[in-house]
Order: sequence, then C-alpha cells, then structure tokens
Amino acid sequence: MEQSQQAETMADPQDMDAGKSPPGWRILLTEVLRDKVALFSLLLVVSIMMIVYLVPLFLSQEEIVRVDLFAIHEPPSSEFWLGTDYGGRDVFGQLIIGTRNSLTVGIGVTAVSGMIGIILGVVAGYFGNTVDNIIMRIVDFFFVLPTLLIVIVFIVIVPQYTVWSFIFIMSMFLWMGIARIIRSKALRERELDYIKASRTLGSSHLKIIFTQLMPNLSSIIIVTMTLNLAANIGIESGLSFLGFGFPEETPSLGTLISYATNPTTLEERWWIWVPASILILVLMLSINNVGQALRRAADAKQRRG
Amino acid sequence: MWKFIVRRIIIMFPQLVLLSMIVFILAQLMPGDVTSSLAMDPNVSPEQQEQIREDLGLNEPWHTQYLNWVGSVVQGDFGHSFTHSVPVSDLIWHRMVNSIWLGVAALIFVYMLALPLGLISGRWNDTIADRLITGYTYIGFAAPLFIFALVMLFIFGFQLGWFPTGGSVDPGLTGWDFFTSKVYHLLLPALSLALIGTVTTVQYLRSEVIETKQKEFISTARAKGVPEPKVYTNHIFRNSLLPIAAVFGYEVTTLIGGSIFVEQIFSYPGMGQLFLESIQVRDFPVVTAIVMLFGVAAILGALLSDIIMSIVDPRIRIK
Repeated sequence: MEQSQQAETMADPQDMDAGKSPPGWRILLTEVLRDKVALFSLLLVVSIMMIVYLVPLFLSQEEIVRVDLFAIHEPPSSEFWLGTDYGGRDVFGQLIIGTRNSLTVGIGVTAVSGMIGIILGVVAGYFGNTVDNIIMRIVDFFFVLPTLLIVIVFIVIVPQYTVWSFIFIMSMFLWMGIARIIRSKALRERELDYIKASRTLGSSHLKIIFTQLMPNLSSIIIVTMTLNLAANIGIESGLSFLGFGFPEETPSLGTLISYATNPTTLEERWWIWVPASILILVLMLSINNVGQALRRAADAKQRRG
Repeated sequence: MWKFIVRRIIIMFPQLVLLSMIVFILAQLMPGDVTSSLAMDPNVSPEQQEQIREDLGLNEPWHTQYLNWVGSVVQGDFGHSFTHSVPVSDLIWHRMVNSIWLGVAALIFVYMLALPLGLISGRWNDTIADRLITGYTYIGFAAPLFIFALVMLFIFGFQLGWFPTGGSVDPGLTGWDFFTSKVYHLLLPALSLALIGTVTTVQYLRSEVIETKQKEFISTARAKGVPEPKVYTNHIFRNSLLPIAAVFGYEVTTLIGGSIFVEQIFSYPGMGQLFLESIQVRDFPVVTAIVMLFGVAAILGALLSDIIMSIVDPRIRIK
C-alpha cells in the first residue's frame, strides 16, 4: 500500500511539469546508480567483460585447445588453475575464452533479434489495424513453434556453419517477445495527441516514427534488450551444452558444462563444470538485476522513491 | 461458450497448416532421402534407384509431395527410420508415452508449487515469506534449466542417492510395482522441470493477487462482513486464476523445450532424447516426425489455454 501511494506522488502531474524533465536515459542511469544491488551487478558484469575481452589478447586459443595426452583430467594446480579436461586442455583458459564467445553470441543475438522485433513491433503498433493484425498473427504463430527443435535442425543442416550463421538462426526465432512488448507500447503512444498533432501538421510517417515515436520507446527498448541479453546467454550455453552451439574446437561455457553428462566427471571432476556453471549463473543474475533496475526506473509506477 | 470454442478451433487449422509447411520445408532441406542409402549398395542399379524414387513419389512436383506427406502424417505414417529400419511411428510411440508421463507430472508439480507460493506471497506481500518466495522466483527466472537439472542430479541422484540417475522404469516389473517404479524415476526430472518452470506463474499470480486485493469489490466484500479467508478463497482467488490460464500455453511450450534438456541429463528415454539421438546420426525422418509432434502439442496447449480462459473469464467470449 505504501509503495503505491509513493508511486502516486511520483506520478503527480504538477511534479512532472515543474521544469523540463531529464532525458529518458539519464533517469535510467541515476536509478541504476542509486540501486546498490544493481550498481554492484553492473560493475560485476563490466569487470567480467573487461577480463574476458582483454585477457585472450595475451592467450592464444590454439595453445588452450591443443590436446595434451599427458595432462588428462588433472585437478587444479599452479600450472592449470582449474585443472584440465578429457583432452588435457586447460579449463581456466577455456573458461575465459568460452565466456567471451558466449557473451559475443549473446550480444549478437540480442542486437539482431532486437532489430527484427523493434521494426515489426513499431510498424504493427504505429500503423495498427490490418497491419497490426497481420504482424501479430505471425508473432502468435512463431510463439507456438517448437523453436528449440527447429533451431537445432537448422544448425545441423546449414552448410558452412559459422558463428554468424549461429547468431542469425537463433535470432530468427527469438524476436517475438520484444516485438510484442514494443507493439503494445507503440499502440498506446499512437493514440496520444503529440503523434496526432504531428500528423495533422503534415509530418511523414517515417519522420514521426524516428524523431517522435522512437525516443519515447527508447527506455522500454533498453530494458527489454538488457533482459533479453541475459536470456540469450542462457539459450546459447544451453545449445552448446546439447552440442549444437559453436563450431567444434571453439571453447564455450555450455561445452564445459556438457562434460558433466559423464557421471564420473559430474561426481569427481568438479573443476570442469562447476566454475562454468557458476559463471553463467552470475552473469545471468547480474544482467537480470541491471535489467530489473532499469525496468523499475522506466516504469514510474514501480519506482522506489 | 461453444461458439467461442468452435471459433477457436477453426483458428487452429491455419496454424497446423503453417506448421506442417515449415516442417515439410525443413524436411526438404535435410540432405539425403530413402534412396541415398541405396546409392551405396552395389546390388541396386541406378535404374532401380530411379524406379524406387518414382514409386515413392519423390519425382512428383513439390506440392503433390507435400499433399502426399500430409496425407500420410494424418494417418500416423511418418515414413521409415534411416538407422533403425522400422517405421518411425513404432520408434516414437514408446518414447511418446514416456514424454507424456514426464510432461503431465511436471505440469502437476508446476501448479502444486505455483498456487500456494503465488497466493501466499500475494496475500502477505512484503513479509519474510513473500521475500523468500520472490527471491526464489528471481533466481529461478535467471538460472538456466540445464544447470539446475545437473545440480539436482548431482545432489539428489549421486551424492544423496535418493533417486535413480537414469532410465524411466526398472526392468522386469509388472502391475503396481511397475507403476511405482515409473513414478519414482519420474520424480526428479519432473521436479527439476517444475521448479524452474513454475516461476513465471508464481510471479503472475502474486502480482495479480496484490492488484485484485486493492479493488473496490474486495472492499465491498469486506464491508459486508465476509470473513478474511473467504475473501481470498472466493473473491480474489477466482479472479487471479486468469493470468494462470493465460500463461498455461506458454507453460506447455516451456516444458516441451525444457524436456529436451531434462531427458538428456537424466537419461530419460522420451521424445526429446530420441530427437537428440536421431539428429546426431542424421536420422531425418525421425527428426521431422518429432518436430511435427512437438509443434502440434504446443498448438494444442495454446488452444487449451484459450478454452480455459474463456471458462474462467466470460468477457473473453464476447470479444
């Protein structure tokens, strides 16, 4: 109850009119900086990113994925910080490069599927009526597809499989959520006076969409993309776990965890799968934390004073 | 009521047609057909191969092939497995029964967990119990299922040894023993699926209860002197069922996707595991059949969800 009262005072129109309201992204930023948990999560994600993108510059991938039959399943030691896997490969090095690869794919998929989702969502929401109807029926249909299976089939049958085809295939089946969110927000915006006024003054649809509608959708786009990034990292590692992620010989977090499907590894060689699991959990939880804080900031109703 | 259901079923048909088209295109993209294994056989001449292709209708134009394929799929004929030399339907039948067991058990657990947790944290929001439940949904939302399932297997299967670590039933059992063994094998995989799958429903239920309890008809009920427990069971609960029905279809699709991971991790012989096995050996007729069946299951889930919605919320029927 108390929270909802606070929310009402926050949304008081007199308050809003007092002076020019700061731009959307700045509200988001201050809100995240004020939220201790979110700030900590943000710093954690940024430092993990810095480590995994900078350290590989000094490590060679060939060195790490080279099979060393004299060092199979070594427990952690000063030479191998996190031991070695069944091919005698250094787990710590694979962890660093694997995290980098997972992050890259996660960011790539978020960007590509986000683009598709935003375009379709904005078009459906802005034009409404028939256009909206057609696009939303397509979205509904994609939602009930067994996407995971179809993605796996595509990954197997695509010739010359690369990281780019991986990103593209995943994106083809992951754009619906963001399209739906953007569409419902755009549908509400289009009924507002500023859009109608602009239309009456003779602005073109494109101009209205890019200079007026999009800025008002920006905060919801940032929020959704952040939450999607976390989800996509999870999906990527899940696919790699099943053996349908990265091309072979490319280290990935999911691949490291997949060694645990061997009961001996699961029970006795924790150093192979536990660090990778914890890393995925930490990454996904932290990015989610940031995303939730952003969402609270974007939705004045939920803002914590 | 019936009008709505009939209309909703009619909408389902274009979905099924689209699904079958996508699966057919996928099947066409898959390399090789029945005759590719014959090409290796020195006893089969190219002319005979051509004859077989002709007999099987593989030289027909694509739309005839598509109609033939749909015709046989409707009759339950998915062709022959490349690797097992048996009809795909024979191969799938046994696995499908196992998967349905797993799916139903997981669904039961999802709602057994979601209803009390959602109602408790909604009714007593911002108490310690609510904080704990919210914390759980927060972590469950972020944690990938496959990691969670592995940890469950590690702790309860291997370290504590409470549950079997693979299979769907102990061999050589009949009657009641067969049933209990089956349930025993199901518990851990179904619980793993449910503990992660339930969080969305818990979150929806919680926010719905919190929203409903501030509505005016609740104040009216209280003012009339309806006892507090009854306010929740009779007035709030029924209204909060809506979001549960709304996410039911989503829940089914999530469980279908999740079953692939869980069956793989717990070596549970269901359709998901068969799918992974088949795609690894490029046994595409089996793969096609499973994609089709999972797609139909998801469409039926969405249909069921809408029908339940229309029963719970009469307003939807009028729209």
